[in-house]
Amino acid sequence: MEFNSAKELLELCRKEYCPISEIMRRRECALGERTRDVVDHQMAQALEIMRNSASQPLKNPVRSMGGLIGGEAKKLYRHAAKGKAICGEVLLRAITYAVAVLEVNASMGLIVAAPTAGSAGVVPGLLLALQDCYKISDDRLVDSLFNAGAIGYLAMRNATVAGAVGGCQAEIGVAAAMAASATVELMNGTPEQCLDAASTVLMNMLGLVCDPVGGLVEYPCQNRNAAGAANALLAAEFALSGISQLIPFDEMLDTMYAVGRRIPLELRETALGGCAVTPSACERCGGCG
Amino acid sequence: MSYISVFDVLGPDMIGPSSSHTAGAAVIAFLAHKMIAPPLEKVEFTLYGSFSKTYRGHGTDRALLGGIMGFGADDARIRNSFQIAAERGLAYSFAPCDTGDDIHPNTVDIRMENAMGRVVTVRGESLGGGKVRISRINGVSVDFTGDYSTVIVVQQDKPGVVAYITKVLSDSNVNIAFMRLFREAKGHTAYTIVESDGRFPEGIAESLRTNPNVHDVMIVEP
Repeated sequence: MEFNSAKELLELCRKEYCPISEIMRRRECALGERTRDVVDHQMAQALEIMRNSASQPLKNPVRSMGGLIGGEAKKLYRHAAKGKAICGEVLLRAITYAVAVLEVNASMGLIVAAPTAGSAGVVPGLLLALQDCYKISDDRLVDSLFNAGAIGYLAMRNATVAGAVGGCQAEIGVAAAMAASATVELMNGTPEQCLDAASTVLMNMLGLVCDPVGGLVEYPCQNRNAAGAANALLAAEFALSGISQLIPFDEMLDTMYAVGRRIPLELRETALGGCAVTPSACERCGGCG
Repeated sequence: MSYISVFDVLGPDMIGPSSSHTAGAAVIAFLAHKMIAPPLEKVEFTLYGSFSKTYRGHGTDRALLGGIMGFGADDARIRNSFQIAAERGLAYSFAPCDTGDDIHPNTVDIRMENAMGRVVTVRGESLGGGKVRISRINGVSVDFTGDYSTVIVVQQDKPGVVAYITKVLSDSNVNIAFMRLFREAKGHTAYTIVESDGRFPEGIAESLRTNPNVHDVMIVEP
């Protein structure tokens, strides 16, 4: 049940008449020598942690360890409650949950890295928003997490998900590709459409640098989790409407990795460039060293 | 693990904010605390590379201290580990260190002292994504990850000791995944590190200790 590329994954889906989530679940059972019940249970636990981290800060905001963020999720939540939101319901909820998870993460709360801690808000943000708006069961949400896992696995195997290696495009970009693919499956799209959506996201976030203020997983990381959720949503909409992509996911992944390695060191999680060295960031950070 | 699991992608379940600087730090210290008999009285952490520069903002200090007290990377008590350590009477200190250019960027040296006055030092490296490597025990270079059930035998470097260890393990029906020997110098102290897929049966440490050339046995299970 092993696959080494999106192409091989799609072949397996066709051969087995299964969605991506089911191939990934079977792979996990086979390679980990564990039963379906065990892996499903572990994924359900991850979903529960995701849900807690996405909802707690809406009412109980927490200040981050570095003091750069805290309270953003509550502001979005209140803004929506007043009927003033200009995003649609799904997107509004997705960005609110996404920033909430980062708030929990930055204040030393419990989260699920997805695929990293700094990008942990994107996947739960969008999937939980869809659950709210379309009354989707937890079982189906667990399925969609396996789908997201397949995309993330390919990125870890064939490229990178480390900001220090490939920039933010490798973290938030991959997280958003995972969320987009999972969304397409959740909304009854085909495996091909899932991978088209994942490809679209990598294209739209190509080249994004990793430039955290003070070297901390706070700012602009939190903003970019919301941006990742928005990118994932539009990519899923494209795919579900039947727009196919010229460049397949495998090629976008290779390209993302190649671009990532060419991003200067200053813009790969070192806090030596980008947002991190703007005058305002430096003033807030209080000097290097 | 020899493959990328779906739970390496959607995981680890962890206390934030950073898988390398927080979760990895907690895992290193957790592994270290398994290598010394409780109760611990004092622990000193020396931080290198990126750890030394950003440890406060990433909660690396709280995570290390939590791990030393036996908290896993997903244990919410990590946030309050300073307070919990004070309540337990555990003395701790953190020292950033700039020397050691050839050292892995996220490295920590941990010096632990227990109530019996025993001292164990451990060096760990946080490799990213919550994955770690233990690279030194008591100054001797070693190499293991803690992903597998691991038994560490501290022994006299003499003929027959390794054969004795493998016999005890095979008599207990332990399937060895990896086994390596590390030593200070010929005839001095050596470390045999055995990693196995399953948990070790009860009493394995006691059986290994009956050999007079075995000084100590530590069992570290995930």
